[in-house]
Amino acid sequence: MKNPLESGTRQTARPLPPTRTKHVLTALLILLLLWGSAVQTEVSFKELIEGFPNMLDLLREMFPPRWTYFDNIVDGMLETIRMALVGTTIGAIIAIPVALLCAGNLMPHRWVYYPARFLLNLVRTLPDLLLAALFVAVFGLGPVPGILALAVFSVGLIAKLTYETLETIDQGPLEAMTAVGANAIQRIVFGVVPQISAAFMSYVLYTFEINVRAAAILGLVGAGGIGLFYEATLGFLEYDKTAVIILFTLAIVLFIDFASTKLREKLL
Amino acid sequence: MIELRQVSKVYPNQTKGLNNINLTFEQGEFVAVVGLSGAGKSTLLRSINRLHDISEGDILINGNSITSAEGHELRMIRRDIGMIFQSFNLVKRSTVLRNVLAGRVGYHSTLRTIFGRFPKEDVDLAFEALERVNILEKAYSRADQLSGGQQQRVAIARVLAQEAKIILADEPVASLDPLTTKQVMDDLKRINQELGITTIVNLHFVDLARQYATRIVGLRAGEVVFDGPVAEATDERFAEIYGRPLLEGELLGEVSA
Repeated sequence: MKNPLESGTRQTARPLPPTRTKHVLTALLILLLLWGSAVQTEVSFKELIEGFPNMLDLLREMFPPRWTYFDNIVDGMLETIRMALVGTTIGAIIAIPVALLCAGNLMPHRWVYYPARFLLNLVRTLPDLLLAALFVAVFGLGPVPGILALAVFSVGLIAKLTYETLETIDQGPLEAMTAVGANAIQRIVFGVVPQISAAFMSYVLYTFEINVRAAAILGLVGAGGIGLFYEATLGFLEYDKTAVIILFTLAIVLFIDFASTKLREKLL
Repeated sequence: MIELRQVSKVYPNQTKGLNNINLTFEQGEFVAVVGLSGAGKSTLLRSINRLHDISEGDILINGNSITSAEGHELRMIRRDIGMIFQSFNLVKRSTVLRNVLAGRVGYHSTLRTIFGRFPKEDVDLAFEALERVNILEKAYSRADQLSGGQQQRVAIARVLAQEAKIILADEPVASLDPLTTKQVMDDLKRINQELGITTIVNLHFVDLARQYATRIVGLRAGEVVFDGPVAEATDERFAEIYGRPLLEGELLGEVSA
């Protein structure tokens, strides 16, 4: 019998290795974009070095922090956390139906989930600070516009993460529920919800973490919370007070990050 | 009684899944459907409870056409047909009991089931079902803590709680070891005999089919090439169904208790 290794056709039958041109071009394109952006925005290391002494001056004025100011900002900080909590909760509730509408494996037709995803992406392009500014214009100063801005932002984030998880669920239980004679809602409650509830809770906690940080600066546009105090102290050049706010915010954010990470580990 | 009348199924890519199938299954029969992979066994089974739509023909379940049923009527027909899958299809993160109770949702309003308010009779039924497949003590375990054989028995309990009059089992033992295979097949056989539930099982192993079924249907390329009692299903006939002599892999070997 003829040994296939010796046949002349073998060399030509071997597939060509994929070319690397694409990778090289991609790398070049990214470098070009980076360099172009730096030139256009007039960023230079020279300026960074020249500005360094100013930074040190600012830091020097921040220390020692004026600890007595702490009493004044506790209320503001609590308001910030409350805003994040309420905003995240409202957003999470709205995100549930939105995520279901976006999931390609649960919706029967693409003319349901494509428009839903488009709207979701539209919401996600709006920065939370802009949302807060808009809501302040509508509802006036205070925490309410801040909460609404966080809620809208939360819907965007939670719904996006949730629908992507929805599309990776095991279809088996859904098939079983169909076979049992369940209707559409029963299929979702029994076949889908138990599969994603832990991931959903994890996303809500993660969004809460982000919202506490976001809520801290919403006050800059008059949307309540600790941000008001940032603006006030920076405006009066009382950097020692600003330092207290920064440290307090840092401590709170670190604590919430830690607690939420631990909780999420337990969930998954 | 299940009647398939001139049933054909063509997939969107023009593959013929089923070709002019005419079959009648009487109440209480234990039928094994055998054939090579791709012969249309799974398509046939999934046509009966309309997980797959057929292209031509009609399927009647106790005189009602499932082919033309829609909405509530379709769900009511499906409620009487339990299905068991190769991959069990349990919700792994839910408890065994909740998985079994899921078989009851067709009997209650959407609102009631959303909040999991199953009546006491349903819970009793679920426990009875678990007892029947000898897995009662696992009622509050999470489904993913169970072995494959135990999970398949939970799936059988779900069908029992559903009070199905027909059981469709699509390769129920394909992912189980020989000993567990025997337990699951014994459960199916016992339920068939004690409760008189019509049982149609897709099987890969022909000796398993001969051991448990009362009637064997052989499929090849979407067509029925054998339909008769087990006694007639000799190795020679199987060679015809498969288009070649049986291979060792198609025999499980005798399983002893």
